[in-house]
Amino acid sequence: MAKRKLLLTFPNNLIDQPITYHLVKDYDLELNILRARVTPKEEGRLIVELKGKKEKLKLGEEFLKGLGVKVEPLALDVAFFEDRCTQCTACSGVCRSGAITVDRKKMKIVFEKDKCIACELCVTMCPFRAVEITF
Amino acid sequence: MPKTIQEINEKIKKGEAVVLTAEEIIDFVAEEGVKKAAQKVDVVTTGTFGPMCSSGAFFNVGHTRPRIKLGGGKVHLNDVPAYAGLAAADFYLGATALPEEDPRNSVFPGRFEYGGGNVIEDLVAGKDVRLSVQAYGTDCYPKKRLETWVSLKEMNEAVLFNPRNAYQNYNVAVNISDKVIYTYMGMLLPNLGNATYSSAGQLSPLLNDPEYRTIGIGTRIFLGGGVGYVVWNGTQHNPTVLRGENHVPYRPAGTLTVLGDLKGMNSHWLRGASFIGYGCTLAVGIGIPIPILDEEVLRATSVKDSEIVAPVVDYSQAYPQRESDILSEVTYAQLRSGTIELRGKKIPTGGFSSYFKAREIALLLKSWIKESKFILTESVATLPDSKSGVNLKPLQERPLQ
Repeated sequence: MAKRKLLLTFPNNLIDQPITYHLVKDYDLELNILRARVTPKEEGRLIVELKGKKEKLKLGEEFLKGLGVKVEPLALDVAFFEDRCTQCTACSGVCRSGAITVDRKKMKIVFEKDKCIACELCVTMCPFRAVEITF
Repeated sequence: MPKTIQEINEKIKKGEAVVLTAEEIIDFVAEEGVKKAAQKVDVVTTGTFGPMCSSGAFFNVGHTRPRIKLGGGKVHLNDVPAYAGLAAADFYLGATALPEEDPRNSVFPGRFEYGGGNVIEDLVAGKDVRLSVQAYGTDCYPKKRLETWVSLKEMNEAVLFNPRNAYQNYNVAVNISDKVIYTYMGMLLPNLGNATYSSAGQLSPLLNDPEYRTIGIGTRIFLGGGVGYVVWNGTQHNPTVLRGENHVPYRPAGTLTVLGDLKGMNSHWLRGASFIGYGCTLAVGIGIPIPILDEEVLRATSVKDSEIVAPVVDYSQAYPQRESDILSEVTYAQLRSGTIELRGKKIPTGGFSSYFKAREIALLLKSWIKESKFILTESVATLPDSKSGVNLKPLQERPLQ
């Protein structure tokens, strides 16, 4: 079993298509929607975690790309600006996915992009705008 | 044998002073004991870096030709209003000031993208800011409008003057309601979803000198990366709160008014900040050296996070309604571990005061002193202590009719 966290961007012409259904039905993928946003007449954005057999996962991604869905690993859209961060640790207290933790010896933030689910609680919390998530 | 500040300064000038940070002194005292440590160590350096809303700066921008009277007029820096109720070319910009056009909380929670604290950071970073003035015009100051770029180095004076900084201990904020709230202690998630705190604990200046024996009016300090001074007690200085046996206050207590030349400061240690749903502010870095005059002073600097207690306060009801209820008490050791326990629940904690930067400041100040770049001062007057009778009074409203 393999796991991938992806940011899917649906162009306007695909917004009304039941695409994720095919991922489950045709590729036998387990699908966990972490976030979704549809801007009518513009685009749809979906953060999903896909789980399944390695080759099926690959085929599923190819199916999406073939339809015109932009497929990106999620981490690309999360930016943590070290120079703006003051290491206050405020964000760590609201991060539920475990992406932001604190090295307690150094009292320094440890940011693990792959654990981030783009919930944006840290963005709201940070007084120094050290985290930016484009979703 | 007690030491004097003059004796310590002689050692600093010769490069012979023994200096440790308020963190390093803890283990040193554990190994050597108070008596020996007091003989060996000359100075303990402290540090703190966090949002401190009662901050701001006085500026004198020089006179235009023809002259313009800023006093009594309207002055803005990058659209942020400054206080101009002073002489012709002077004004004060406060950290929490907001542009008139800022929507504030009309779309809740407001973002508060840019305010006085950000202007101060931009100036210190060497950036040009836009000065706009509307004046009423007089015979001696005929000019009525001014729009110009200004930078810090062009100004005559730029003085950081913060009426309330370096709080000695502070509340731990939680939310017991079932809605998210947005406070100056950050976003607080419902049903005790998170807890926030704001003190450098064992590194914090006033927690290492709980009765203000060495920190007083005239004390030279590290301020915003440059040199500053303690010039008064801070506003809301409240030394008579509940204290432990070690004299360390269990509640927010003493505060400092500090001042220093903004031109010598650095945006690494002065940072504009925005609290969603609350407003703008300035994060300030402060470091204060404590001369080890005797064993009592030394013992106080060896205080550790596990011995410093803070009150847990509900910011959904108790704080806004000014109720004195305290939900619990926790130590900074617990807070810095990442979780506290309250009502049988494990609550994740996050700070607003950067311990990392506090440590950097204490180490930087230590290196300045060791390299004879920073000489200690003797305070010219003391701050009101726990026996002073000074306390924080609420405002008793007296209706007009």
